[in-house]
Amino acid sequence: MARVFFTPQLQRFTATPEVETGAPTLRGALEAAFAVNPRLRGYVLDDQGHLRANVVVFIDGRRCSERVALADPLTAHSRIHVLQALSGG
Amino acid sequence: MSSNDRAWVATKKGLFELRRRGPGWAIEHVSFLGEPVSMFLPPATASSRMLASLTTGHYGTKLHASDDAGRSWTEVATPTYPPQPEGAEGPEWKLVLIWALEQVEGRIWAGTLPGGLFLSDDFGGSWQLVESLWNRRERLGWFGGGYPVPGIHSICPHPKHAAELLLGISCGGAWTTRDGGANWELTAKGMRANFMPPELADDPNIQDAHRIVRCAAAPDVLWCQHHGGIWRSTDAAASWHEITTAPVSNFGFAVAVHPGDPDTAWFVPAQADQCRVPVRAAMIVNRTRDGGRSFETLRAGLPQEHAYHLVYRHGLAVAYDGEHLLMASTTGGLWSSADGGNSWRTVSPSLPPAVAVRFG
Repeated sequence: MARVFFTPQLQRFTATPEVETGAPTLRGALEAAFAVNPRLRGYVLDDQGHLRANVVVFIDGRRCSERVALADPLTAHSRIHVLQALSGG
Repeated sequence: MSSNDRAWVATKKGLFELRRRGPGWAIEHVSFLGEPVSMFLPPATASSRMLASLTTGHYGTKLHASDDAGRSWTEVATPTYPPQPEGAEGPEWKLVLIWALEQVEGRIWAGTLPGGLFLSDDFGGSWQLVESLWNRRERLGWFGGGYPVPGIHSICPHPKHAAELLLGISCGGAWTTRDGGANWELTAKGMRANFMPPELADDPNIQDAHRIVRCAAAPDVLWCQHHGGIWRSTDAAASWHEITTAPVSNFGFAVAVHPGDPDTAWFVPAQADQCRVPVRAAMIVNRTRDGGRSFETLRAGLPQEHAYHLVYRHGLAVAYDGEHLLMASTTGGLWSSADGGNSWRTVSPSLPPAVAVRFG
């Protein structure tokens, strides 16, 4: 099962469940997490369901560059990390 | 405690509650320390709900509610734009910022960037985009002023007609509804944008009204600090006329109107669009008490040397008594007046950058 991890920074706003999922794509994996905590959706995705501009996702160490469809394929052992993009000072 | 005795300051690093202590003010409590608060709605009564909008750096805008005057907060629904149709013109249908929050008889109105107005009938439990305005063709003529996208920064309810509302938009002029948002009329005739091409300068739909306020006792009177100067309406925004008598500078963002006297208003000028600091680095407040025929420049208690403060559009507020004022700057200065602006005292010189001040 693929596993999804969220940055601990999100925990000051909302719960970040660590989920295991058989979803075949990134969007499916994120939906599995949103099913546990629906509030989390608005922190990761914007109004149109796109990845927020300052959120970054890594799948098995590879940074996802496609931010709209979120159709990156997952394997049964994928590790997905949802992080904040570094910015500001 | 009367509503003249408590106030709130939204800053880029938290929401500060102030209490009046004798002639001055003290910081009583801080909520959301470290988080940017873009706007808030004070509690209308001691026991009623308040709202605060956070613009988190990475995770978007979020709305929180408190039923105990800011001692505890719960996240509520955030206004969310509906799915954007394929090929839709204009800015992306994505919430950037909540820039205005007002309450009218239990209905909450939220003005946002990129220009959508939202309505909640359950105090933040759910929100609806006001499509009657969003779908106006003129919206595509609006543009950003200070932001890449346009925004609704002023919501002026009519104190006697709950269905009447005036909006100020940067840059989209002023819009009025008299039927609770079902229909809208562009009501910025008379404003002039000298920075635009000549053929567009008088177009009401592109005016950069920095801030519009309405007199509670005489609601047909509205004051506007515009990008190009000061305008006033005495006919509920059917027409606007320019006030050219303000001394020192007529550029600025903030305006406050006396709740009981439509002829009295306060402004906090900056040097110019391209140099947003006080003229000669000396902070002043301009006050008129005769509807703009003349002004007094008030300096007592305000920094007069090397002061580089800018008071942003929501950074000046007058209390319900018309005598107490608060003013906060984007460099973290906070000042109060107990005598209608004649004299000021420093509440704090070192708050985080302030974006909004409100009594309540």
